[in-house]
Amino acid sequence: MEVKKEELLHIANLAKLEIKDEEIDKYLLNLQDILNFSNIVNNAPIDDLKETIGERDSYNVFRKDNIKVFDDMNGIVDNFPEKQENMIKVPRVVQ
Amino acid sequence: MDIVKLTVHELIEKLQNKEITISEINNSYINRIKEKEDDVQAFITLTTEEALKKSDIIEKKVNSGEINDILAGIPIGIKDNICIKNVKTTCASKMLENFVAPYNATVIEKLNDRNLICLGKTNMDEFAMGSSTETSYYKKTRNPVDLSRVPGGSSGGSAAAVASNMVPWALGSDTGGSIRQPASFCGVVGLKPTYGLVSRYGLIAFASSLDQIGTFTKDVQDASILLNVISGYDVKDSTSANIEKKDYTKCLKNNVTGLKIAVPKEFFGDGINSEVKKALEIAINKYKELGAIVEEISLDIANYALATYYIIACAEASSNLGRFDGIRYGYRSKDYTNLKDIYTKSRSEGFGDEVKRRIILGTYVLSSGYYDAYYKKAQKVRTLVKNEFNKVFEKYDVILTPTSPTTAFKLGEKSDNPLEMYLSDICTVSVNIAGLPGISIPCGVDSNNMPIGMQLIGNHFDEETILNAAYTFEQSANN
Repeated sequence: MEVKKEELLHIANLAKLEIKDEEIDKYLLNLQDILNFSNIVNNAPIDDLKETIGERDSYNVFRKDNIKVFDDMNGIVDNFPEKQENMIKVPRVVQ
Repeated sequence: MDIVKLTVHELIEKLQNKEITISEINNSYINRIKEKEDDVQAFITLTTEEALKKSDIIEKKVNSGEINDILAGIPIGIKDNICIKNVKTTCASKMLENFVAPYNATVIEKLNDRNLICLGKTNMDEFAMGSSTETSYYKKTRNPVDLSRVPGGSSGGSAAAVASNMVPWALGSDTGGSIRQPASFCGVVGLKPTYGLVSRYGLIAFASSLDQIGTFTKDVQDASILLNVISGYDVKDSTSANIEKKDYTKCLKNNVTGLKIAVPKEFFGDGINSEVKKALEIAINKYKELGAIVEEISLDIANYALATYYIIACAEASSNLGRFDGIRYGYRSKDYTNLKDIYTKSRSEGFGDEVKRRIILGTYVLSSGYYDAYYKKAQKVRTLVKNEFNKVFEKYDVILTPTSPTTAFKLGEKSDNPLEMYLSDICTVSVNIAGLPGISIPCGVDSNNMPIGMQLIGNHFDEETILNAAYTFEQSANN
């Protein structure tokens, strides 16, 4: 399948990534190369096979939802890129 | 005696015989780092000052009898995608340049319980995406054997740190070969355990159904010792296996009589360098001499597995890396006017090229219209790969292959061609696709004196068999 420029930009937008004009050709070429190679999966003898979702047979792992207070709240707050008092600062969402 | 050249089991023996002290060991490695790090560039963050303080405290406690543990005071290096509380954990990305982990990964808790001492966080490909450690935002690590060559990747810093004697052993992570391939390139032992044997709580996720923490050591005995420390069930990792804890040092029998080794001919095809093939043939003959039953088989999955790997790993990465949005932690662009700007600009400025390329590829294969063509098919190929391995393990104990098609290549040689770089993982990715354990051990050098690695693959949770097979080969090579 051929990847078109518009498609690349649409995908990048979905992934919240900007691609500069001068980078578009390089990304297109790399993506096309890798997808062409990946087409090999079409030749694999997989018609009768089911999909493997994870590494092991899928099952849910449950545990009790116990409340445990995290012991280093400051450690979390210190990692906020911008903060006011102990809160994360973001631009106004509702105008 | 040159302390930094010793293996950990030798260090333990000398500590017990009181020939050396804990502070002598730590000072020796720290001096070695001062000597070699400028050339090798294996570390992103050094924690040597903290290590010296810890070494003094542990030494006093050992001398007073408060601590009684053979591993107390032994230094270690940790890949920079494993969280250590109050230490920067960057994942070699600008995105996490200022991230200081507020908690310890489970493996770090386990090392701390045994009083091991971390000397630093090792360099890696950004978010573990790469095979040469060249995609790191911070530096390019060099292969200690030849500084003009790459150490492999993504755990290249850990491999280089062990190979240059800056740490006696190290932890890394392996999603498609990121422990085994750099171990092969640098001439050390790299063990990727079975998926689920070692907790990944606190390992920054790349591709969750493939990621596994493992070890870099100077020999197989040390790999067994370190696996004993880090393995075990963890309620904090839902993929962690609740199985009985084993002592992996007990399986080292130095005997492979009757061991059934399968050699898949497809892993010795056209793409494999002739010197690598030759070294592997010598190793195969050695196993025969040692009494193993070696047979050639067909296991035609390598190309399918590689394509499947890049589809699945990128799909999972595109989802896992969605969390890096510039809001709660990590890099935030200065240049924004609204929330969408924060997301897009922070991600575009914070991630490097290879990470963006994989997120785009992952988003593409998961998007409507292509999901069936790529992702769904890849998941079926995953079943095929698992089934094919299962068939082999019905008859054989171990599968023997090269670890990498080539020895370490030159810095910059493959950085402009992502597909060519991906092809260097062809021998290792199928092991992750099937969740199996694999070990890479040195088995010779090429005409440039660069190390060649042999990969031994075992059945699920049967680390003991590959450790013994690796150990027996290593012993025969030493004698």
